[in-house]
Amino acid sequence: MRWLAPAVSERRQYSTHPPNARLNLPIDYSATPLLSHSSQTALATADLPAEVKNGTTKRMNLFQAINDALSTALTEDEDVIIFGEDVSFGGVFRCTMKLAEQFGGDRVFNTPLTEQGIMGFAIGAAAEGMRPVAEIQFADYVYPAFDQLVNEAAKYRYRDGSCGRSVGGLTVRMPCGGVGHGALYHSQSPEALFTHIPGLRVVMPRSPLQAKGLLLAAIRSNDPVIFMEPKILYRAAVEQVPTAAYTLPLSKAEILKEGKDVTVISYGQPLYTCDSAIQSVEKDLGISVELIDLRTLYPWDKETVFKSVQKTGRVLVVHEAMVNAGIGAEVAAAIQEDPETFIRLEAPVQRVAGFSIHTPLLFEKFNVPDVARVYDSIKKVLDY
Amino acid sequence: MKAGLARGAPLRSAAGAVRHRPSPPTTPISARHPVRCSSSISQRQGASHLSFPGAVKSAFTSSLKFALAAESPSLPTYRVVDQDGKIVDQSFKADLSDEEIIKLYKNMLLISIMDVIMFDAQRQGRLSFYMVSAGEEALSIGSASVLEKEDVVFCQYREQGVFKQRGFELSDFMNQLFANKKDPGKGRNMPVHYGSKELNIHTISSPLATQIPHASGAAYALKMQRINDPSLPPRVVVVYFGEGAASEGDFHAALNIAATRSCPVIFICRNNGYAISTPTLEQYRGDGIASRGIGYGIDTIRVDGNDIWAVREATKKAREMALQDGGKPILIEAMSYRVSHHSTSDDSFAYRARVEVEDWKRRDNPISRLRKYMEAKGLWDEGKEKEARDNTRRDVLKAFSEAEKEKKPPIRAMFEDIWEELTPDLKAQMKQLREHLDKYPDEYDLGDFEGGKNSLDP
Ligand SMILES: Cc1ncc(C[n+]2csc(CCOP(=O)(O)OP(=O)(O)O)c2C)c(N)n1
Ligand SMILES: [Mg+2]
Repeated sequence: MRWLAPAVSERRQYSTHPPNARLNLPIDYSATPLLSHSSQTALATADLPAEVKNGTTKRMNLFQAINDALSTALTEDEDVIIFGEDVSFGGVFRCTMKLAEQFGGDRVFNTPLTEQGIMGFAIGAAAEGMRPVAEIQFADYVYPAFDQLVNEAAKYRYRDGSCGRSVGGLTVRMPCGGVGHGALYHSQSPEALFTHIPGLRVVMPRSPLQAKGLLLAAIRSNDPVIFMEPKILYRAAVEQVPTAAYTLPLSKAEILKEGKDVTVISYGQPLYTCDSAIQSVEKDLGISVELIDLRTLYPWDKETVFKSVQKTGRVLVVHEAMVNAGIGAEVAAAIQEDPETFIRLEAPVQRVAGFSIHTPLLFEKFNVPDVARVYDSIKKVLDY
Repeated sequence: MKAGLARGAPLRSAAGAVRHRPSPPTTPISARHPVRCSSSISQRQGASHLSFPGAVKSAFTSSLKFALAAESPSLPTYRVVDQDGKIVDQSFKADLSDEEIIKLYKNMLLISIMDVIMFDAQRQGRLSFYMVSAGEEALSIGSASVLEKEDVVFCQYREQGVFKQRGFELSDFMNQLFANKKDPGKGRNMPVHYGSKELNIHTISSPLATQIPHASGAAYALKMQRINDPSLPPRVVVVYFGEGAASEGDFHAALNIAATRSCPVIFICRNNGYAISTPTLEQYRGDGIASRGIGYGIDTIRVDGNDIWAVREATKKAREMALQDGGKPILIEAMSYRVSHHSTSDDSFAYRARVEVEDWKRRDNPISRLRKYMEAKGLWDEGKEKEARDNTRRDVLKAFSEAEKEKKPPIRAMFEDIWEELTPDLKAQMKQLREHLDKYPDEYDLGDFEGGKNSLDP
């Protein structure tokens, strides 16, 4: 625009990195070992069924992988229906693109703007045998649906008893997490609110390949699943994804990198931050760090975590959401409660997480765990 | 067993708990509420009207007939001036001086020019987000122009005209948009989440419709405060929201509770045809949002939102009515068209045809409508238009560059106002951050923030 042009050279960026930074550099998604940059690495992924390992792959970002999983689910099961605000034209993050055209407006449709309505509607449909995949436009807007999720979805099977009904067919998708400028209401990561609720499974994938397999597992699962998608990865994370339909196991963590000195436990986008920090700290100190992706946040895979901590004796949990009463608190408590694991601990369990505040626009970079904070925490747990 | 449980209500009285409780003292407030006491309505023999407690004015009929939604007539749309700026309400007399009319026009112009500049500024990466209100300038400026300063306002996010009309300066807009140290939101909120204590406008919250029941409660507060202190001026609450937001449960709760508690609140729905990509046809069935008001027992009007005179007349009258009989809610549904993309994050041509938008722009525009009216009265001409536009653009750009240059709020602001006081936990976290910034100075850019890392000191 003409009349703004002169000031462009002196313009301030709203997100940038400091010139002499060594740790807090932008994540290079094109090089990170957490994404499968080649077909071979994609097909060698743990937990993939044998016939998928012999198949082909395609480069996809996260929203395309979600779209691929949804399209697969619609194709293989006529009971799958997909709906939410602005879903018809493809959704504000493009996850449902072309699905309404391809599968028809009866199966893929816009709802009026009401999260409590969307959730109640989804629960009713699931209770009568459908497999609804409901989209909440942002995790920050799930709260009107909280009653339906906590009091209805989670308790349906328990309440119905031997009448035998449940809403196991239900999957709820929602984008979550910070993107640098989302402030109070476009940044939240409310997973811990749901991990407090028995009856719900809570899943957060780290990558396109993981998302496709975990989302298909969630849709096929006979428990209601909250599926949280780190929205910063929708476009940023690109990798080779198997073209065949496949599921990845729910409630099973994955060791992304083996190590012997420290265990770092995380999920979702912060795994990339952890990986950068680990690369630096391994180079600087000549140690080796194990990195674990929880994948399912509840009910979570204690066995994998305990085994790792029994080996390393030092552990930190990293997440973006507030530190208070978060996933870190649950994991740390479980670790110290398990006698065989407690006895191996060489240092207190550390948490690197958001502070106990709301996500402030300008200060997000000081709040969301960054490479320097994870790096520092690894050093602290070693120095104890 | 739900029904059985409900009928189980007498259980309590059977235990004697209710029957022997003394009746509560009557307060002056309850006297002001029409109290419908079910026991006073008895089904008399040969009555022609229903006397169930849930419907007291319904006549008996012997013909089995459903009320067909499609057959109930649409509420008309009130207008004063047509697309060409010609007066169609012959009873209408402008209640403003020529200067005041020109002032309203200039405010509309200012909003629309600021919108274009800020939208483009976002495209250049100079702010993270923006939302324009193109096509809705008459609605926001017209309605706000008949309110009192003491009235309390809640907005959604597309009401920059309300802020301007109530006294927000360009510098106020810009300080918020650039989240600088003069932003009362202390750099915490996304752009366009304005707020002003002085102008009695609560700070905008992104979650839709949450502000609508707030307005009902706030109106009840104003009503109670005036009962307690009759020297206070009569005040109303005004709340704005989109037709999409009106699908949320909060909208329905807000209307219902305002009706039952007789709250002096004016609900103003901006029906602009879209909620992001969702057209009204997929948002609701029935006669718009107006029909909901009637359903809740709320006096309602639909107005042409592109006609600033109609919006003014309707809001003026609504304010009067809202203050009658101890207070009551009013619903205004103002019809318009969202000419712009939803926000800078949206490309609306992914879901609507470009020609649809062009048609609207050409056919009807609230700014050109008032301009035609003014030209017909000899108040305005091409020269004045050019001068006003040039001046406005200059003023916006000046405020823009001043605000952009300002320092950012102190980092400390991220920890404050969570609770009234910093908790020991938060103090420890602040200290932790301060020590971390000391330890890793090269990893952070602190220059923009007022006071740098020192603001984190206790
Ligand atoms: C509770 C909630 N759900 C979803 C959103 C995302 N969202 C922001 S604006 C919008 C559309 C609102 O449409 P409408 O109320 O008609 O207002 P308009 O944008 O047309 O002015 C949506 C879905 C939100 N902000 N809050
Ligand atoms: Mg709208």
